[in-house]
Amino acid sequence: MIELLWSIFDITLVLLLLALAWNTCSTRDVMRAVTLFIAMGLLLAIVWARLKAPDLALAEAVIGAGISGALLLSAIRDYPSTPMVSQRSTLIEGIINILTLALTILMSWAVWHGLNMSDGVRLSGQVISQLPVSGVSNPVTAVLLNFRAYDTLLELAVVLTAVLTVLTLNEKRADYVVSGRLLQGMTHWLVPLLVVTSGYLLWVGAHAPGGAFQAGAMLAAAMILLRLAYPSKQQEFNNVLLRVLLVIGIFTFVLVGLWMMSLNDDFLAFTPAWAGTLILIIETAATVSIAAALTLAYRGGRPKDWEDANRTSRSIAENGGQDDQ
Amino acid sequence: MIDTLAILAIFSGLFFFLSGSIGLLRLPDLFSRLHALAKADNVGLALVALGVIMLEPAVINDIKIVIIWILVMAASAISSHLVARHALRENREDD
Amino acid sequence: MMSSGASTSILTIALLIALNLLLFSLIIGLFRAWLGPSVEDRFSAILLMGTGGVAMLLILSILLQITALYDVALVLALLAVVGTVALTQSKSDHD
Repeated sequence: MIELLWSIFDITLVLLLLALAWNTCSTRDVMRAVTLFIAMGLLLAIVWARLKAPDLALAEAVIGAGISGALLLSAIRDYPSTPMVSQRSTLIEGIINILTLALTILMSWAVWHGLNMSDGVRLSGQVISQLPVSGVSNPVTAVLLNFRAYDTLLELAVVLTAVLTVLTLNEKRADYVVSGRLLQGMTHWLVPLLVVTSGYLLWVGAHAPGGAFQAGAMLAAAMILLRLAYPSKQQEFNNVLLRVLLVIGIFTFVLVGLWMMSLNDDFLAFTPAWAGTLILIIETAATVSIAAALTLAYRGGRPKDWEDANRTSRSIAENGGQDDQ
Repeated sequence: MIDTLAILAIFSGLFFFLSGSIGLLRLPDLFSRLHALAKADNVGLALVALGVIMLEPAVINDIKIVIIWILVMAASAISSHLVARHALRENREDD
Repeated sequence: MMSSGASTSILTIALLIALNLLLFSLIIGLFRAWLGPSVEDRFSAILLMGTGGVAMLLILSILLQITALYDVALVLALLAVVGTVALTQSKSDHD
């Protein structure tokens, strides 16, 4: 009976996910697609919880449902009252359909193959056995920030690259916002609560699900909330502070790695006695960086001094062209 | 004994959740749907939270559940207010 | 982190039924995201999933005996309102 009920739950979840994904991609109304996408993010968080992966559930809830939701909803903010219809060419649609079908078949084969494989060496056993040396007691954090620290460093670099790309794309559209007393009153207690929860997630990541990415995303959510509730108080970023915040995560990471290389002959090989403290330092810096990156990605548009520099060089180019004629 | 009370609480909460969802689907207007959402779902969540508190032995988790419940209530109230005001403003612009 | 606590099989069955019914009410609510004529109607389905998701996480945390799911529910409750604010508070100049 219990097995049957679990199976009903699991199968319904899977079918719902598939239905949401299908409808998100196939619908012509952009607002419906965005809403279904955010709903799918929320459902994925529940799926991760069902699969006993609370770290993933946390990350999905914060980033997938929270930050991505805010980003998408702001991106379609100029929707007209009639539904927007997106235009696609049939040829491109056909190509994408074929590629997606091929990918689905490939991944289904991979999952089938993996399920039917004989028991090989399971890495989780090795992780558990090496856990006392890693400096933390949460196996996910141990893998992310000790055993596979290099991968996390590269992830931070990817985030930075993405944000830099977003920042160079276009001028920032002016926001027209009307914010009432209720919203501003709410931020008085919600933003501190978000900041405290972010610190809690950062700290608890050592021995329970949590960690730098979740904490950074929560901090970014707090900043986004502030920005939306107090539009008249938007100050242009102090650009030195901006640059420092963006890179401090990677900087600290590489610095610690090089220091460990001088001590232990290997990049990012932590001395077991200091591993816990080092991981905490790296995670704190990474939290700040991720928060700054996500907030800037949400804001979009070029920072002020890049804009001025661009305007100057563009006007020089135009004047130079006219002089030639 | 506590288990039975908890199951009772959770199932009555479920009743409110189901009625809230049905209301969301069948009520005629956005504003009435927001009523169903903000009120019925939150009562449902309160009852489910009560049931879970009865089942959860650790006190620190019980405190967390109470905090979650208060936060969801506040978030629901503010969310429905914001959405309703936004809808009103949009309709006014269309006139 | 796992918390200790035994659950009889009747309790487990009852909780599982409750979980399935919650998922069912979420599905009902999602139809509003599909149908809803206006933007706010579609968005109210996300609000429903926020509250329903918190309830499901609370029940799952008892069923699976994972304490960390309370943190996930807390985070979900906190972030539910950020999406609403992003929807209703951002708009470009209509000049």
